Amino acid sequence: MGDEILRMSNIHKVFDALTVLQDINLSVHHGEVVSIIGPSGSGKSTLLRCATFLEKIDGGEIVYMGKTAAYTENSGKIVYAGKAQMKEIKHYFGLVFQQFNLFPHYSVLKNVMDAPVTVLGRDKKEVEAEARVLLGKMGLADKADSYPCNLSGGQQQRVAIARALAMKPEVLFFDEPTSALDPELTIEVLKIIRQLAEEKMTMVIVTHEMSFARAVSNRVIFMDGGVIVEEGDPEDVFGNPQQERTKQFLKSYKE
Amino acid sequence: MTFPTMLQTMGSGMLKTILLFVLTLAGSIPLGMVVVFLKKSKFKPIAWITEIYIAIMRGTPLMLQLLVWYFGPYYIFGLSIRGYKFPALLIGFIMNYAAYFAEIYRSGIDSMPVGQYEAAEILGYSKVRTFFKIILPQVIKRILPAITNEVITLVKDTSLASALAYAEVFSLAKQISASQTSFLPFVVAGVFYFVANYVVAGIMKRIEKSMQYYK
Repeated sequence: MGDEILRMSNIHKVFDALTVLQDINLSVHHGEVVSIIGPSGSGKSTLLRCATFLEKIDGGEIVYMGKTAAYTENSGKIVYAGKAQMKEIKHYFGLVFQQFNLFPHYSVLKNVMDAPVTVLGRDKKEVEAEARVLLGKMGLADKADSYPCNLSGGQQQRVAIARALAMKPEVLFFDEPTSALDPELTIEVLKIIRQLAEEKMTMVIVTHEMSFARAVSNRVIFMDGGVIVEEGDPEDVFGNPQQERTKQFLKSYKE
Repeated sequence: MTFPTMLQTMGSGMLKTILLFVLTLAGSIPLGMVVVFLKKSKFKPIAWITEIYIAIMRGTPLMLQLLVWYFGPYYIFGLSIRGYKFPALLIGFIMNYAAYFAEIYRSGIDSMPVGQYEAAEILGYSKVRTFFKIILPQVIKRILPAITNEVITLVKDTSLASALAYAEVFSLAKQISASQTSFLPFVVAGVFYFVANYVVAGIMKRIEKSMQYYK
């Protein structure tokens, strides 16, 4: 296994009085593809949102590339890293949303280029060349000048993947990337993710696409009720689940 | 009074109306943005004061507000108000319209999906950059029809300056009509407001069109 990119330890998350994450431990290594499956409300999306700091944790520790992003003091207080370190840490990951969240007023090319240019301060020409290569890889070379509103959902999601990749993250998170797409469009997006997996892109994918998760990932995590119920090699988890709850969940997909 | 002389006299009033209109917009459109930020302030007293300000501006007649701005300094502080008429008008109009614009901006900002903020945050945009590059351009597109309404209303509301006997088109039309016992000045004033709004609506339509390249 490669170097550890992300380590989340003993993560707790509470919404009002409801515990949504309980004592979660997740470690992601370089080149790994981890799928997180589980019923709605099991906490898998919340886990991604905590990992990407869209939600604050209520307990535990988050470490990226050996740098501590958040930890819990003995008093129970959560301490996040300072602004400068946080900025650095945020460049280690990207996130692809269920609803794409492209910037509608920017062309496809600008959606991909803008963050590397304005946030990272990189050379425009260089970034544009890279962005066009990325769009080509996504099968969208001819859409560079289109606007998101003129693209299908599948195309929009592929632009969103290109936008995330343009920042050259160490790990890419996917939050149900195909849940807003019909089966045909789902296939085009999954094809891209599979291609990234072959290129050893480190990815954590929250998904309801079971056969895809089984085929593409090195490790599968089954979550329910805010805890990790079962975790392991996809062939083991899907082919021979140990926990009753996992069996029950997977059965509902086969029917 | 011949018709050309009358037009000439009213022409000076038209210029004053246009001046009041342009300066009010130039002041209230940016001020409205400041008001939104104050209203959204995390420091509660500022948010409350801003809310009270908006409530008063929207809850009382603009004509009454103009009288208060003009005569207030004299009645409350005993200050001389000589030469203060135009500044008082400007303050009154700008303060009033800023409140309305602020509410329009707020509705636009609140209508933005949270996903836009989250996508920008993940990509590393700062809060300020997110607002000016990602949020504001989309908000402007969304609120443009409401802004057009407000601007058209302002063209007509400038006639309220007649409450302070400021010699804009409407005041002059009333005066000339009374002195010449003629209905014609009202027709001229009516045509002026109509044409002015026709132009305003045309300009706003153009701006709206320029933003139609995306949905």
